[in-house]
Amino acid sequence: MKQYFENIWTGLITVMIGMKVTFKHLFVPAVTIQYPDVKPELPERERNRLYVNMDDCIGCDQCARACPVDCIEIETVKGLPTEDLGKTSNGKKKALWVTKFNIDIAKCCFCQLCVFPCPTECIYMTDVYEFSEYNRNNLVYNFVTLTSQEIEEKKLNYEKFEAEKAAQKAAAASKAAEKPSAVKTENKTENKPPENPGSVQ
Amino acid sequence: MIYDYLYSWTGSATLAAFIQSLLPLFIFILPFALFAVLLERKVSAHMQDRLGPMRVGYHGILQTIADIIKLIQKEDLTPTDSDKPLFNIAPALVFAGSYAVFAAIPFSGAFIGASIDLGLFYIVAVSGLVVAGILMAGWASNNKYSLLGAMRSAAQIISYEIPTMLVVLTIVMVTGTLNLYTLSEMQTGYFWNWLILGGPEFGVSKFIFIPLMIISFVVIYISTLAEVNRTPFDIPEAESELVAGYHTEYSGMKFAMFFLSEYANMFAVSAIVSAVFFGGYQSPFGYLGNTLGIPWLIPIEQFIWFTAKGLFFVFVQMWLRWTLPRLRVDQLMALCWKYLIPIAFVNLLIIGLITVL
Repeated sequence: MKQYFENIWTGLITVMIGMKVTFKHLFVPAVTIQYPDVKPELPERERNRLYVNMDDCIGCDQCARACPVDCIEIETVKGLPTEDLGKTSNGKKKALWVTKFNIDIAKCCFCQLCVFPCPTECIYMTDVYEFSEYNRNNLVYNFVTLTSQEIEEKKLNYEKFEAEKAAQKAAAASKAAEKPSAVKTENKTENKPPENPGSVQ
Repeated sequence: MIYDYLYSWTGSATLAAFIQSLLPLFIFILPFALFAVLLERKVSAHMQDRLGPMRVGYHGILQTIADIIKLIQKEDLTPTDSDKPLFNIAPALVFAGSYAVFAAIPFSGAFIGASIDLGLFYIVAVSGLVVAGILMAGWASNNKYSLLGAMRSAAQIISYEIPTMLVVLTIVMVTGTLNLYTLSEMQTGYFWNWLILGGPEFGVSKFIFIPLMIISFVVIYISTLAEVNRTPFDIPEAESELVAGYHTEYSGMKFAMFFLSEYANMFAVSAIVSAVFFGGYQSPFGYLGNTLGIPWLIPIEQFIWFTAKGLFFVFVQMWLRWTLPRLRVDQLMALCWKYLIPIAFVNLLIIGLITVL
């Protein structure tokens, strides 16, 4: 009988205590963030969408090599010695035209390993995380600042330059070859074993 | 009274009665349900430190209207193997049962659907119709979850009608009436005339009645809470066990009917409790209309008081919902048969003795 009344008493009291707790929570400010209107403050070192500042990129390819999922593709063309490609913000001289710098952000695993090797700190994580697309191809970001015409021009320039250089070299080589060629070639073919066929160059 | 006014306006007794019987639905229950759904969501959200609906209108005040529009657009599905006539009648029956209750509830001194002398008895009787409708819905759906929910609901409602009736009996012993209008009129004046504070008669018995009345109030409040299937007594529609209980198979407006009748029931129960123990539509401090000498202001004030009291008890129901976990079936039955019914019986005996002496 005593147990019976104790049950009633504890039942009532515990309900009251519970109601007190929930009533207090009516006036506790909500923890909800109204997401699309109010954005949550992200931590300082958050890792989201990659960005490349092409003004500073020297085309060294270190980020592409660091990437564990191979989502960065870089192609470069050497600049001509006569051209001035400008300097990066930390004073390095640029020597390469970056003709292709694609990041497939759909592949990216946000590991940030590409950020650390960059000598000019031009590739970094931004705080943008809303970049969903309907088409997966739209997630391949192209960071190159040159137009396709310019890229063609640079490639042609370099090919021309190479061709000129090769022609010059060939000319020089043929000039040099004329005088001692007869003696030297005979010696070499006799003395050297056939293991080292490329040594002439 | 509104009926007399309508009668003189339309000149036809049938038309006047028809309009009067529709009044509570359109000017009270529908707006109330719209408001209560939002209130429920807001109360539950804030009790959990959330915000609730925020995007439709200012702080989501138009959310329920958007929900209703969505429900109207939904396809009205009927399961292939269901018992189609019963399946279609059930929501109407459930709603009719819960709406019929409002006939005997006095909304203010000037409006009561039917001032019948067996008011409370009538209410208990017609709310039995709800059980039939729920069982019908569960059976006709041809779905095991629906049937389980319906059977639990029937068992629960029938068990909890006993403590409710016992408390109603004690009220009859004290006041000598079952008419809710007379009951409310008895508790006029100030709040110390309310039955929870011993009733209008001033004497030694008033002070003995106070603790007994508080016990009666707690018993009837708990048992009516169980009758409207609200948490902690929501095992008939326990989401985590039975999908949605007896209305699992319903969609669109039929589902809305069940929903509406649930909220109508919530208010009906709160209104009955407030009419019996808390003076119904009576103001606790007298009326502004009396002090200003404007007689037509009094019914409006009474209506506001009635709504406020009803809403308060609805709020307490929501408050309990977000405080207590759901009871197991055996706990539910134990609470009813081992605690509420004995307490109500002893209470009835004591009050009977006091009134006889």
